[in-house]
Amino acid sequence: MASRAEIEEAVIAILAKQLLLAPAEVAPDAGIEDLGLDSLGKVEAIFALEERFGISIPFNANEPDQHDFGFASVPEIVAGVARLMAGQG
Amino acid sequence: MRRVVITGIGTVNALAHDVPGTFAALVAGRSGIGPLGFRDADRLSIRIGAEVRDWDPVVHLPASKLPLYDRVTQYALVAGAEAMAMAGLPAGLGSRGGVILGTAAGGISTWEDSYRAVFAQGKNRVSPLTVPRLMHNAAASHLSIEWGLTGPVFSVSSACASANHAMGLALQQIRVGAADVMLAGGAEAMLCFGGVKAWEGLRVLAPDACRPFSLGRKGMVIGDGAGVLAFEAEDHARARGAVILAEVGGFAMSADAGDIVAPDPVGAAAAMRSALADAGMVAGDIGYINAHGTGTLSNDRSEAAAIRMVFGGNAPPVSSTKAAHGHGIGATGAFEAISSVLALTKGLLPPNLGFDAADPDCALDLVLGAARPAQVRAVMSNAFAFGGLNAVLVLANA
Repeated sequence: MASRAEIEEAVIAILAKQLLLAPAEVAPDAGIEDLGLDSLGKVEAIFALEERFGISIPFNANEPDQHDFGFASVPEIVAGVARLMAGQG
Repeated sequence: MRRVVITGIGTVNALAHDVPGTFAALVAGRSGIGPLGFRDADRLSIRIGAEVRDWDPVVHLPASKLPLYDRVTQYALVAGAEAMAMAGLPAGLGSRGGVILGTAAGGISTWEDSYRAVFAQGKNRVSPLTVPRLMHNAAASHLSIEWGLTGPVFSVSSACASANHAMGLALQQIRVGAADVMLAGGAEAMLCFGGVKAWEGLRVLAPDACRPFSLGRKGMVIGDGAGVLAFEAEDHARARGAVILAEVGGFAMSADAGDIVAPDPVGAAAAMRSALADAGMVAGDIGYINAHGTGTLSNDRSEAAAIRMVFGGNAPPVSSTKAAHGHGIGATGAFEAISSVLALTKGLLPPNLGFDAADPDCALDLVLGAARPAQVRAVMSNAFAFGGLNAVLVLANA
Protein backbone atom coordinates (compact mmCIF):
# COMPACT_ATOMS: atom_id res chain seq x y z
CA MET A 1 0.00 0.00 0.00
CA ALA A 2 1.38 3.39 -1.02
CA SER A 3 1.81 6.01 1.70
CA ARG A 4 0.00 9.31 1.51
CA ALA A 5 3.27 11.02 0.57
CA GLU A 6 3.82 8.55 -2.26
CA ILE A 7 0.28 9.12 -3.53
CA GLU A 8 0.75 12.89 -3.39
CA GLU A 9 4.02 12.63 -5.26
CA ALA A 10 2.42 10.49 -7.95
CA VAL A 11 -0.64 12.75 -8.29
CA ILE A 12 1.61 15.78 -8.68
CA ALA A 13 3.81 14.00 -11.20
CA ILE A 14 0.79 12.97 -13.28
CA LEU A 15 -0.76 16.44 -13.19
CA ALA A 16 2.58 18.06 -13.99
CA LYS A 17 3.00 15.80 -17.02
CA GLN A 18 -0.43 16.83 -18.34
CA LEU A 19 0.34 20.50 -17.72
CA LEU A 20 3.83 20.33 -19.20
CA LEU A 21 5.22 21.62 -15.92
CA ALA A 22 7.96 20.44 -13.61
CA PRO A 23 6.53 18.64 -10.54
CA ALA A 24 8.01 21.38 -8.33
CA GLU A 25 5.70 23.87 -10.08
CA VAL A 26 2.56 22.06 -8.87
CA ALA A 27 1.94 23.03 -5.25
CA PRO A 28 0.65 20.29 -2.89
CA ASP A 29 -2.43 22.43 -2.21
CA ALA A 30 -3.00 23.59 -5.80
CA GLY A 31 -6.52 23.91 -7.24
CA ILE A 32 -7.15 22.14 -10.55
CA GLU A 33 -8.89 25.14 -12.16
CA ASP A 34 -5.99 27.39 -11.17
CA LEU A 35 -3.54 24.98 -12.75
CA GLY A 36 -5.42 25.36 -16.04
CA LEU A 37 -6.05 21.67 -16.68
CA ASP A 38 -8.58 21.32 -19.51
CA SER A 39 -11.25 18.63 -19.79
CA LEU A 40 -9.18 16.23 -21.89
CA GLY A 41 -6.19 16.74 -19.58
CA LYS A 42 -8.44 15.83 -16.70
CA VAL A 43 -9.61 12.53 -18.19
CA GLU A 44 -6.04 11.70 -19.19
CA ALA A 45 -4.85 12.38 -15.64
CA ILE A 46 -7.62 10.17 -14.25
CA PHE A 47 -6.63 7.38 -16.62
CA ALA A 48 -3.00 7.72 -15.52
CA LEU A 49 -4.01 7.59 -11.84
CA GLU A 50 -6.09 4.47 -12.46
CA GLU A 51 -3.20 2.79 -14.27
CA ARG A 52 -0.64 3.87 -11.66
CA PHE A 53 -2.61 2.67 -8.63
CA GLY A 54 -4.72 -0.12 -10.10
CA ILE A 55 -7.96 1.58 -9.09
CA SER A 56 -11.14 2.58 -10.89
CA ILE A 57 -12.11 6.21 -10.41
CA PRO A 58 -15.78 7.08 -10.78
CA PHE A 59 -15.72 10.20 -12.93
CA ASN A 60 -18.17 11.56 -15.47
CA ALA A 61 -17.23 14.75 -17.32
CA ASN A 62 -20.90 15.78 -17.31
CA GLU A 63 -21.17 16.07 -13.54
CA PRO A 64 -19.37 19.18 -12.33
CA ASP A 65 -19.98 18.21 -8.72
CA GLN A 66 -18.67 14.70 -8.42
CA HIS A 67 -20.28 12.88 -5.55
CA ASP A 68 -17.87 10.02 -5.41
CA PHE A 69 -14.52 11.54 -6.23
CA GLY A 70 -13.39 15.12 -5.71
CA PHE A 71 -11.17 16.47 -8.44
CA ALA A 72 -11.02 20.14 -7.47
CA SER A 73 -7.57 20.20 -5.87
CA VAL A 74 -4.46 18.12 -5.31
CA PRO A 75 -5.44 17.26 -1.71
CA GLU A 76 -8.92 16.15 -2.85
CA ILE A 77 -7.45 13.87 -5.49
CA VAL A 78 -4.90 12.43 -3.05
CA ALA A 79 -7.64 11.77 -0.51
CA GLY A 80 -9.83 10.16 -3.17
CA VAL A 81 -7.05 7.87 -4.40
CA ALA A 82 -6.15 6.89 -0.83
CA ARG A 83 -9.81 6.08 -0.10
CA LEU A 84 -10.16 3.95 -3.22
CA MET A 85 -6.94 2.08 -2.42
CA ALA A 86 -8.02 1.47 1.15
CA GLY A 87 -11.34 0.17 -0.17
CA GLN A 88 -9.47 -2.40 -2.22
CA GLY A 89 -7.49 -3.74 0.71
CA MET B 1 -29.29 25.18 -59.91
CA ARG B 2 -31.60 22.20 -59.57
CA ARG B 3 -33.84 21.90 -56.55
CA VAL B 4 -33.54 18.71 -54.56
CA VAL B 5 -36.34 16.78 -52.87
CA ILE B 6 -36.70 13.71 -50.69
CA THR B 7 -38.81 10.96 -52.24
CA GLY B 8 -38.03 8.06 -49.93
CA ILE B 9 -36.71 7.37 -46.45
CA GLY B 10 -35.66 4.20 -44.69
CA THR B 11 -34.24 3.33 -41.31
CA VAL B 12 -33.23 0.58 -38.93
CA ASN B 13 -32.65 1.73 -35.37
CA ALA B 14 -33.35 0.90 -31.75
CA LEU B 15 -36.97 2.04 -32.07
CA ALA B 16 -37.91 -0.10 -35.07
CA HIS B 17 -36.60 -1.74 -38.19
CA ASP B 18 -38.54 0.60 -40.49
CA VAL B 19 -39.93 4.12 -40.86
CA PRO B 20 -43.55 3.49 -39.77
CA GLY B 21 -42.41 1.82 -36.54
CA THR B 22 -39.89 4.59 -35.92
CA PHE B 23 -42.50 7.33 -36.48
CA ALA B 24 -44.93 5.57 -34.16
CA ALA B 25 -42.29 5.26 -31.42
CA LEU B 26 -41.18 8.89 -31.80
CA VAL B 27 -44.77 10.16 -31.59
CA ALA B 28 -45.53 7.89 -28.62
CA GLY B 29 -42.44 9.13 -26.81
CA ARG B 30 -40.96 5.65 -26.51
CA SER B 31 -37.21 5.26 -25.95
CA GLY B 32 -35.06 2.57 -27.55
CA ILE B 33 -32.45 2.76 -24.79
CA GLY B 34 -31.97 -0.31 -22.65
CA PRO B 35 -29.39 -2.69 -21.15
CA LEU B 36 -26.56 -3.69 -23.47
CA GLY B 37 -26.68 -7.32 -24.49
CA PHE B 38 -23.51 -7.96 -26.48
CA ARG B 39 -20.52 -10.11 -25.58
CA ASP B 40 -18.49 -8.88 -22.58
CA ALA B 41 -20.91 -6.04 -21.79
CA ASP B 42 -20.52 -7.07 -18.14
CA ARG B 43 -16.93 -5.78 -18.30
CA LEU B 44 -18.10 -2.24 -19.08
CA SER B 45 -18.89 0.47 -16.56
CA ILE B 46 -21.48 1.88 -18.99
CA ARG B 47 -24.16 -0.76 -19.52
CA ILE B 48 -26.87 1.02 -21.52
CA GLY B 49 -27.32 1.81 -25.18
CA ALA B 50 -29.86 2.01 -27.99
CA GLU B 51 -29.20 -1.33 -29.64
CA VAL B 52 -31.13 -2.56 -32.66
CA ARG B 53 -33.34 -5.19 -30.98
CA ASP B 54 -34.24 -8.61 -32.33
CA TRP B 55 -32.05 -8.20 -35.37
CA ASP B 56 -31.98 -11.30 -37.56
CA PRO B 57 -30.26 -10.35 -40.82
CA VAL B 58 -31.46 -13.51 -42.58
CA VAL B 59 -34.99 -12.09 -42.47
CA HIS B 60 -33.87 -9.17 -44.62
CA LEU B 61 -30.81 -10.21 -46.59
CA PRO B 62 -29.69 -13.26 -48.59
CA ALA B 63 -27.77 -15.71 -46.37
CA SER B 64 -25.19 -16.18 -49.11
CA LYS B 65 -24.17 -12.50 -48.87
CA LEU B 66 -24.05 -12.18 -45.09
CA PRO B 67 -20.38 -13.18 -44.71
CA LEU B 68 -19.60 -9.94 -46.56
CA TYR B 69 -21.76 -7.70 -44.41
CA ASP B 70 -20.73 -6.27 -41.06
CA ARG B 71 -23.81 -5.16 -39.10
CA VAL B 72 -23.20 -1.59 -40.25
CA THR B 73 -23.68 -2.72 -43.84
CA GLN B 74 -26.72 -4.84 -42.97
CA TYR B 75 -28.48 -1.86 -41.43
CA ALA B 76 -27.62 0.37 -44.40
CA LEU B 77 -28.87 -2.16 -46.96
CA VAL B 78 -32.19 -2.66 -45.17
CA ALA B 79 -32.71 1.09 -44.69
CA GLY B 80 -31.73 1.71 -48.31
CA ALA B 81 -34.21 -0.86 -49.60
CA GLU B 82 -37.00 0.83 -47.64
CA ALA B 83 -36.05 4.24 -49.04
CA MET B 84 -35.88 2.95 -52.64
CA ALA B 85 -39.24 1.18 -52.28
CA MET B 86 -40.90 4.27 -50.80
CA ALA B 87 -39.46 6.42 -53.58
CA GLY B 88 -40.66 3.92 -56.19
CA LEU B 89 -37.27 4.06 -57.79
CA PRO B 90 -36.13 1.16 -59.95
CA ALA B 91 -32.73 -0.48 -59.70
CA GLY B 92 -30.24 0.36 -62.40
CA LEU B 93 -30.20 4.16 -62.53
CA GLY B 94 -26.59 3.81 -63.60
CA SER B 95 -24.36 6.84 -63.65
CA ARG B 96 -27.24 9.19 -62.77
CA GLY B 97 -27.48 7.63 -59.32
CA GLY B 98 -25.05 7.54 -56.41
CA VAL B 99 -24.62 6.93 -52.70
CA ILE B 100 -22.97 9.01 -49.97
CA LEU B 101 -23.13 7.55 -46.49
CA GLY B 102 -21.63 8.72 -43.23
CA THR B 103 -20.09 6.44 -40.65
CA ALA B 104 -17.73 7.09 -37.78
CA ALA B 105 -16.54 3.58 -37.01
CA GLY B 106 -17.45 1.53 -40.11
CA GLY B 107 -17.17 -2.18 -39.46
CA ILE B 108 -15.84 -1.86 -35.93
CA SER B 109 -17.20 -5.26 -34.85
CA THR B 110 -15.19 -6.83 -37.64
CA TRP B 111 -12.04 -5.10 -36.38
CA GLU B 112 -12.88 -6.36 -32.91
CA ASP B 113 -13.47 -9.93 -34.02
CA SER B 114 -10.20 -10.06 -35.93
CA TYR B 115 -8.22 -8.60 -33.04
CA ARG B 116 -9.79 -11.09 -30.66
CA ALA B 117 -8.70 -13.87 -32.99
CA VAL B 118 -5.07 -12.81 -33.29
CA PHE B 119 -4.46 -11.22 -29.88
CA ALA B 120 -6.80 -12.89 -27.41
CA GLN B 121 -7.11 -16.30 -29.01
CA GLY B 122 -3.58 -16.45 -30.37
CA LYS B 123 -4.69 -17.37 -33.88
CA ASN B 124 -2.47 -16.59 -36.80
CA ARG B 125 -5.10 -15.83 -39.41
CA VAL B 126 -8.34 -13.89 -39.72
CA SER B 127 -11.27 -14.18 -42.09
CA PRO B 128 -10.30 -13.37 -45.67
CA LEU B 129 -13.30 -11.04 -45.78
CA THR B 130 -12.02 -8.89 -42.90
CA VAL B 131 -10.98 -5.93 -45.05
CA PRO B 132 -14.05 -5.77 -47.31
CA ARG B 133 -16.27 -6.03 -44.22
CA LEU B 134 -14.59 -3.37 -42.11
CA MET B 135 -13.77 -0.70 -44.68
CA HIS B 136 -15.69 2.52 -44.09
CA ASN B 137 -17.07 2.55 -47.64
CA ALA B 138 -18.48 -0.99 -47.44
CA ALA B 139 -22.04 0.13 -46.72
CA ALA B 140 -22.06 2.75 -49.48
CA SER B 141 -20.53 0.34 -51.96
CA HIS B 142 -22.97 -2.47 -51.20
CA LEU B 143 -25.87 -0.07 -51.68
CA SER B 144 -24.43 0.93 -55.05
CA ILE B 145 -24.05 -2.74 -56.02
CA GLU B 146 -27.53 -3.64 -54.82
CA TRP B 147 -29.22 -0.83 -56.76
CA GLY B 148 -26.94 -0.45 -59.78
CA LEU B 149 -25.84 3.08 -58.92
CA THR B 150 -22.62 3.84 -60.79
CA GLY B 151 -22.33 7.60 -60.25
CA PRO B 152 -20.79 9.35 -57.21
CA VAL B 153 -20.38 6.73 -54.45
CA PHE B 154 -18.28 7.17 -51.33
CA SER B 155 -18.33 7.38 -47.57
CA VAL B 156 -17.87 10.34 -45.27
CA SER B 157 -16.41 10.18 -41.79
CA SER B 158 -16.70 13.17 -39.50
CA ALA B 159 -17.70 11.57 -36.20
CA CYS B 160 -21.13 12.77 -35.06
CA ALA B 161 -21.62 14.99 -38.12
CA SER B 162 -20.92 12.23 -40.68
CA ALA B 163 -24.50 11.74 -41.89
CA ASN B 164 -25.19 15.46 -42.16
CA HIS B 165 -22.01 15.95 -44.16
CA ALA B 166 -23.03 13.00 -46.35
CA MET B 167 -26.48 14.45 -47.00
CA GLY B 168 -25.03 17.89 -47.67
CA LEU B 169 -22.62 16.51 -50.22
CA ALA B 170 -25.39 14.48 -51.84
CA LEU B 171 -27.46 17.65 -52.14
CA GLN B 172 -24.55 19.33 -53.85
CA GLN B 173 -24.02 16.44 -56.30
CA ILE B 174 -27.60 16.78 -57.53
CA ARG B 175 -27.55 20.59 -57.56
CA VAL B 176 -24.54 20.67 -59.85
CA GLY B 177 -26.00 18.02 -62.12
CA ALA B 178 -23.63 15.17 -61.30
CA ALA B 179 -26.56 12.87 -60.45
CA ASP B 180 -30.37 12.75 -60.47
CA VAL B 181 -30.77 10.48 -57.45
CA MET B 182 -28.51 10.10 -54.42
CA LEU B 183 -29.01 7.72 -51.53
CA ALA B 184 -27.68 9.65 -48.57
CA GLY B 185 -27.51 9.28 -44.81
CA GLY B 186 -25.45 7.27 -42.40
CA ALA B 187 -24.92 3.91 -40.75
CA GLU B 188 -23.26 2.92 -37.50
CA ALA B 189 -22.77 -0.23 -35.44
CA MET B 190 -20.63 1.12 -32.62
CA LEU B 191 -22.28 -0.99 -29.92
CA CYS B 192 -19.73 -3.70 -29.34
CA PHE B 193 -17.30 -4.13 -26.44
CA GLY B 194 -14.43 -2.18 -28.00
CA GLY B 195 -16.67 0.58 -29.29
CA VAL B 196 -18.21 1.32 -25.91
CA LYS B 197 -14.92 0.76 -24.06
CA ALA B 198 -13.31 3.50 -26.15
CA TRP B 199 -16.12 5.98 -25.44
CA GLU B 200 -16.12 5.03 -21.78
CA GLY B 201 -12.53 6.25 -21.53
CA LEU B 202 -13.59 9.75 -22.51
CA ARG B 203 -16.02 9.84 -19.56
CA VAL B 204 -18.85 11.39 -21.54
CA LEU B 205 -21.34 8.50 -21.54
CA ALA B 206 -24.33 8.56 -19.22
CA PRO B 207 -24.63 5.53 -16.93
CA ASP B 208 -28.40 5.87 -16.46
CA ALA B 209 -30.31 7.78 -19.14
CA CYS B 210 -30.05 10.31 -21.95
CA ARG B 211 -31.46 13.68 -20.83
CA PRO B 212 -30.83 16.30 -23.52
CA PHE B 213 -30.99 19.92 -22.34
CA SER B 214 -32.14 18.80 -18.87
CA LEU B 215 -30.67 19.71 -15.54
CA GLY B 216 -28.91 16.63 -14.18
CA ARG B 217 -27.95 15.27 -17.59
CA LYS B 218 -24.98 12.93 -17.40
CA GLY B 219 -23.94 12.47 -20.98
CA MET B 220 -24.69 10.66 -24.18
CA VAL B 221 -26.08 7.20 -24.86
CA ILE B 222 -24.85 5.49 -28.02
CA GLY B 223 -27.30 4.07 -30.56
CA ASP B 224 -26.90 1.80 -33.57
CA GLY B 225 -28.62 1.63 -36.93
CA ALA B 226 -28.87 3.34 -40.29
CA GLY B 227 -30.91 6.02 -41.97
CA VAL B 228 -31.01 6.35 -45.74
CA LEU B 229 -32.83 9.11 -47.62
CA ALA B 230 -33.50 9.13 -51.35
CA PHE B 231 -32.53 12.61 -52.54
CA GLU B 232 -33.76 13.35 -56.03
CA ALA B 233 -33.67 16.28 -58.44
CA GLU B 234 -37.09 17.89 -58.23
CA ASP B 235 -37.55 17.88 -62.03
CA HIS B 236 -36.66 14.18 -62.13
CA ALA B 237 -39.12 13.37 -59.34
CA ARG B 238 -41.94 15.41 -60.89
CA ALA B 239 -41.36 13.92 -64.33
CA ARG B 240 -41.96 10.42 -63.00
CA GLY B 241 -44.86 11.47 -60.79
CA ALA B 242 -43.11 10.60 -57.54
CA VAL B 243 -44.57 11.48 -54.15
CA ILE B 244 -42.39 14.24 -52.69
CA LEU B 245 -41.94 14.11 -48.93
CA ALA B 246 -39.93 17.28 -48.45
CA GLU B 247 -37.44 19.58 -50.07
CA VAL B 248 -33.79 19.63 -49.08
CA GLY B 249 -33.66 23.39 -48.75
CA GLY B 250 -30.10 24.02 -47.74
CA PHE B 251 -26.94 22.85 -46.13
CA ALA B 252 -23.83 24.38 -44.68
CA MET B 253 -20.79 23.30 -42.74
CA SER B 254 -18.14 25.00 -40.68
CA ALA B 255 -15.18 24.10 -38.51
CA ASP B 256 -14.44 25.57 -35.10
CA ALA B 257 -10.69 25.21 -35.62
CA GLY B 258 -10.43 25.35 -31.85
CA ASP B 259 -10.63 22.45 -29.45
CA ILE B 260 -10.61 18.79 -30.58
CA VAL B 261 -13.57 17.91 -28.35
CA ALA B 262 -15.07 21.03 -26.74
CA PRO B 263 -17.74 22.68 -28.92
CA ASP B 264 -17.72 26.38 -29.79
CA PRO B 265 -21.13 28.05 -30.16
CA VAL B 266 -19.65 30.54 -32.63
CA GLY B 267 -18.81 27.76 -35.09
CA ALA B 268 -22.19 26.12 -34.61
CA ALA B 269 -24.01 29.41 -35.15
CA ALA B 270 -21.97 30.08 -38.30
CA ALA B 271 -23.09 26.79 -39.82
CA MET B 272 -26.73 27.43 -38.86
CA ARG B 273 -26.69 30.92 -40.41
CA SER B 274 -25.01 29.68 -43.58
CA ALA B 275 -27.51 26.82 -43.91
CA LEU B 276 -30.36 29.36 -43.72
CA ALA B 277 -28.67 31.48 -46.37
CA ASP B 278 -28.10 28.43 -48.57
CA ALA B 279 -31.81 27.67 -48.30
CA GLY B 280 -32.72 31.27 -49.14
CA MET B 281 -34.44 31.59 -45.78
CA VAL B 282 -34.33 33.73 -42.67
CA ALA B 283 -34.45 32.52 -39.07
CA GLY B 284 -38.18 33.23 -38.84
CA ASP B 285 -38.89 30.64 -41.56
CA ILE B 286 -37.77 27.77 -39.33
CA GLY B 287 -40.63 26.20 -37.39
CA TYR B 288 -38.72 23.45 -35.59
CA ILE B 289 -35.12 22.60 -34.76
CA ASN B 290 -34.07 18.99 -34.37
CA ALA B 291 -31.09 19.70 -32.15
CA HIS B 292 -27.83 17.82 -31.92
CA GLY B 293 -28.66 17.68 -28.17
CA THR B 294 -26.36 14.88 -27.09
CA GLY B 295 -27.13 15.18 -23.38
CA THR B 296 -23.59 16.15 -22.48
CA LEU B 297 -23.08 19.17 -20.29
CA SER B 298 -21.05 21.06 -22.85
CA ASN B 299 -22.83 20.26 -26.13
CA ASP B 300 -26.26 21.21 -24.88
CA ARG B 301 -25.06 24.43 -23.26
CA SER B 302 -23.09 25.40 -26.38
CA GLU B 303 -25.92 24.49 -28.77
CA ALA B 304 -28.49 26.45 -26.76
CA ALA B 305 -26.16 29.45 -26.91
CA ALA B 306 -25.72 29.01 -30.66
CA ILE B 307 -29.49 28.83 -31.19
CA ARG B 308 -29.88 32.09 -29.24
CA MET B 309 -27.17 33.71 -31.38
CA VAL B 310 -29.01 32.81 -34.58
CA PHE B 311 -32.65 33.10 -33.52
CA GLY B 312 -32.45 35.66 -30.74
CA GLY B 313 -35.43 35.49 -28.42
CA ASN B 314 -37.64 33.98 -31.12
CA ALA B 315 -36.25 30.49 -31.44
CA PRO B 316 -38.76 27.93 -32.69
CA PRO B 317 -39.60 24.76 -30.73
CA VAL B 318 -36.58 22.51 -30.24
CA SER B 319 -36.13 18.85 -29.44
CA SER B 320 -33.33 16.37 -29.44
CA THR B 321 -34.58 12.91 -30.41
CA LYS B 322 -31.40 11.23 -29.15
CA ALA B 323 -33.09 10.02 -25.95
CA ALA B 324 -35.34 7.97 -28.27
CA HIS B 325 -32.99 6.55 -30.94
CA GLY B 326 -29.75 7.09 -29.06
CA HIS B 327 -26.73 8.95 -30.36
CA GLY B 328 -26.21 7.19 -33.65
CA ILE B 329 -22.79 8.86 -34.05
CA GLY B 330 -22.15 8.66 -37.82
CA ALA B 331 -25.78 7.73 -38.47
CA THR B 332 -27.40 10.16 -36.10
CA GLY B 333 -27.93 12.96 -38.60
CA ALA B 334 -29.92 10.56 -40.76
CA PHE B 335 -32.14 9.49 -37.84
CA GLU B 336 -32.72 13.16 -37.14
CA ALA B 337 -33.41 14.12 -40.76
CA ILE B 338 -36.02 11.35 -40.78
CA SER B 339 -37.46 12.73 -37.52
CA SER B 340 -37.54 16.12 -39.22
CA VAL B 341 -39.45 14.65 -42.15
CA LEU B 342 -41.95 13.39 -39.58
CA ALA B 343 -42.35 16.96 -38.31
CA LEU B 344 -42.87 18.30 -41.84
CA THR B 345 -45.13 15.61 -43.25
CA LYS B 346 -47.27 14.70 -40.22
CA GLY B 347 -47.28 18.09 -38.49
CA LEU B 348 -45.97 16.50 -35.30
CA LEU B 349 -42.81 17.66 -33.55
CA PRO B 350 -41.13 14.65 -31.89
CA PRO B 351 -40.58 15.07 -28.14
CA ASN B 352 -37.34 15.55 -26.24
CA LEU B 353 -37.42 12.55 -23.89
CA GLY B 354 -35.58 12.09 -20.59
CA PHE B 355 -36.21 15.62 -19.39
CA ASP B 356 -36.12 16.14 -15.62
CA ALA B 357 -35.89 19.87 -14.94
CA ALA B 358 -35.06 23.07 -16.80
CA ASP B 359 -31.42 24.06 -17.05
CA PRO B 360 -31.07 27.87 -17.08
CA ASP B 361 -28.12 27.43 -19.46
CA CYS B 362 -30.45 25.74 -21.97
CA ALA B 363 -33.41 28.12 -22.02
CA LEU B 364 -35.27 26.85 -25.09
CA ASP B 365 -38.86 26.07 -26.04
CA LEU B 366 -38.35 22.32 -25.72
CA VAL B 367 -40.95 19.88 -27.00
CA LEU B 368 -41.54 17.90 -23.82
CA GLY B 369 -43.67 14.94 -22.90
CA ALA B 370 -45.58 14.17 -26.08
CA ALA B 371 -45.29 15.06 -29.74
CA ARG B 372 -46.48 18.62 -30.33
CA PRO B 373 -48.83 19.32 -33.24
CA ALA B 374 -47.48 22.17 -35.37
CA GLN B 375 -47.68 23.06 -39.02
CA VAL B 376 -44.16 24.03 -39.96
CA ARG B 377 -42.81 25.24 -43.27
CA ALA B 378 -39.19 24.43 -42.66
CA VAL B 379 -37.02 22.67 -40.11
CA MET B 380 -33.36 22.77 -39.18
CA SER B 381 -31.37 19.67 -38.22
CA ASN B 382 -28.07 20.24 -36.43
CA ALA B 383 -24.99 18.05 -36.13
CA PHE B 384 -21.87 19.13 -34.27
CA ALA B 385 -18.99 16.68 -34.16
CA PHE B 386 -15.89 16.09 -32.11
CA GLY B 387 -13.15 17.71 -34.09
CA GLY B 388 -15.15 20.94 -34.08
CA LEU B 389 -17.06 20.07 -37.26
CA ASN B 390 -20.53 21.55 -37.70
CA ALA B 391 -23.01 20.45 -40.39
CA VAL B 392 -26.54 21.83 -40.61
CA LEU B 393 -29.40 20.84 -42.89
CA VAL B 394 -32.56 22.77 -43.64
CA LEU B 395 -35.54 20.75 -44.88
CA ALA B 396 -38.76 22.33 -46.10
CA ASN B 397 -42.24 21.48 -47.21
CA ALA B 398 -42.20 20.57 -50.86
